[in-house]
Amino acid sequence: MTDIPMDTMVRPAAHPRRDIGLKARYAAERRFRIYGVVAISVGLAFLAIMLITIVSKGYTAFWQTTVSLPITFDEKVIDPSGKRATDPSVLIKANYPKLAENALVAKLGISPDDKPMIQKLKGFLSEGARVQLRDIVAADPSVIGTTRDVNILAAANLDSAFKGQIDLSVEEARRKVSDQQITWMNKLKAEGAMAEHFNSGLFTYGASSRPETSGMGVAIIGSFYMMVIVLLLALPIGVAASIYLEEFAKKNRFTDLIEVNINNLAAVPSIVFGLLGLAVFINFLGMPRSAAFVGGLVLTLMTLPTIIIATRAALAAVPPSIRSAALGLGASKMQMVFQHILPLAAPGILTGTIIGLARALGETAPLLLIGMVAFVADPPTTPFDPATALPVQIYMWANEAERAFVERMSGAIIILLVFLMAMNITAIVLRRRFERRW
Amino acid sequence: MNIMTEQSLENAVGDKMKSNEVIKMRGDKVGVFYGEKQALFDVDLDVRLNQVTALIGPSGCGKSTFLRCLNRMNDTIDSARVTGKITLDEEDIYDKNIDVVELRARVGMVFQKPNPFPKSIYENVAYGPRIHGLAKRKADMDQIVESSLKKAAIWNEVKDRLQEPGTGLSGGQQQRLCIARAIAVSPEVILMDEPCSALDPIATARVEELIDELRQNYTIVIVTHSMQQAARVSQRTAMFHLGYLVEEGATDKMFTTPDDKRTQDYITGRFG
Repeated sequence: MTDIPMDTMVRPAAHPRRDIGLKARYAAERRFRIYGVVAISVGLAFLAIMLITIVSKGYTAFWQTTVSLPITFDEKVIDPSGKRATDPSVLIKANYPKLAENALVAKLGISPDDKPMIQKLKGFLSEGARVQLRDIVAADPSVIGTTRDVNILAAANLDSAFKGQIDLSVEEARRKVSDQQITWMNKLKAEGAMAEHFNSGLFTYGASSRPETSGMGVAIIGSFYMMVIVLLLALPIGVAASIYLEEFAKKNRFTDLIEVNINNLAAVPSIVFGLLGLAVFINFLGMPRSAAFVGGLVLTLMTLPTIIIATRAALAAVPPSIRSAALGLGASKMQMVFQHILPLAAPGILTGTIIGLARALGETAPLLLIGMVAFVADPPTTPFDPATALPVQIYMWANEAERAFVERMSGAIIILLVFLMAMNITAIVLRRRFERRW
Repeated sequence: MNIMTEQSLENAVGDKMKSNEVIKMRGDKVGVFYGEKQALFDVDLDVRLNQVTALIGPSGCGKSTFLRCLNRMNDTIDSARVTGKITLDEEDIYDKNIDVVELRARVGMVFQKPNPFPKSIYENVAYGPRIHGLAKRKADMDQIVESSLKKAAIWNEVKDRLQEPGTGLSGGQQQRLCIARAIAVSPEVILMDEPCSALDPIATARVEELIDELRQNYTIVIVTHSMQQAARVSQRTAMFHLGYLVEEGATDKMFTTPDDKRTQDYITGRFG
């Protein structure tokens, strides 16, 4: 054995260089690397375009223009006949917008008798002023007869104009704000009475036909209920099913069939789950329409295969030596699974669950079918009340024509993306933190 | 040299006296099938009390398969089927009345690759006694852990870091920890499946010394690929080939004057 290399060392020149195609091989490798870089660049470019578009269109949604007015809660306007002590509905039906209008007229120095000018003020303040002022009076009726500074929402068109989103070079008749309104707006801006504030209403308001009073409050609560339901149902069911299939069930044709079906279920289009939910939960079991509870059930069905597949992979990744060690000590199968395998598989299970939840959070199609695409103005108090979901809210706003709704849609997309990113980052952190090496 | 010979002579004499006696485990026409394929054929083999029985033979000869029959670890393989009869203290371990969990508490096992649980050293040893309810109080458990680690000759190395993970030890220490873990449930028989194959020579020497000490209290069956190891640690040796038991006898005799040509060839390194 050792003689042969000795021999060649004596006569190294005896080896002629063979052509083993090195040049072509390296060229192929270079080409492949270029393809890879191009593919990744294209992907990143599209991601950047998408994010830039959404953020540039949507960041303004987080600000809302308001007009700070000294509102006089005039008893003559609110309760002209003085019946509020006996008839509380007077306070609900009162003409609150008139209060805001009076304050604005005074602020702008318009004569209260100049009806044509006052007519031009129409559409300057939001109709939401009615609710805003009513809430103040309802909370404290003693406010009647006093004057108080209130930030009244500007109407959506004025809001857009204030943010510089309306092209003023277009002739007056063809745009939504008049020259007179622009003049007033600039006057109020110079006085500091009109300014942008953080739009907390975007997170609290429900559906509304007026952009300035519409928000994602109902959608956030609906999505939250659904996520809780999915977590409470899909995680235990999915983990139990996986443990049974992976550790206890005999490997035979029947379990093979189940496995194939679970893998196929994970690939079923989500709208099919929506149809199933409509047929089974609503039509057959008579559950309420548009309810977060039904939405949660449908999303549970959709998420289960993802969780089962992730959990089984995590269980199978636990090295067999750990199983042998536990069994060899006389642990029962149950003890082996719950005291050794499951803790080691937990990070993988958690990651799979969070990714499944993130997918469910962004799911729209099945929710449309069970009626969660509804005009819901009041926040749901239980999961059985009508609600919407974040992606459905985006879908509904996308159907609106007004500039201010487009802005809100982009804002909602940003919020949804932030939620999704937070979940995925949590999954990555958990995996990093608990990952074990053998 | 002289002392060594005397010692081994003494051992041999002592063994002869003991070996006339108690048979701890007995295999009677043991066969194992993996699906359709038969891996072990009609093995008759006795394991004697307080002796080390070495199973040798080339790879795939069925020695590990036989070992795994002794505490029914083959049960965990769906396709495996065992025929024949294996007894522990005259009791058929494949009998319906025998609980496999109880059997494994009586017949412990140490594996080829050190496989400590990814938990603390203390927890590794305490796990077995805990699931079998061997210690009622914390102090009892501490006692079991300490004595097990001492018996496994690793106590001095780990006594100051019992709460550190067992996976952080060196390979040889991990294997001794696994032996301590097996001892902790007070088994009667300890099965060792090539316990030194993943260890360096120094760690191997320590484990071999340990096996010789453990023999006082336990019956040991060891599978090994190393002829020298079999010769060093065992009192009886069984030679397997192609699923058959070729020959079985006192280690001294097996390594000097084997009856079977295949044994002769194998131990002299002519095949395998």
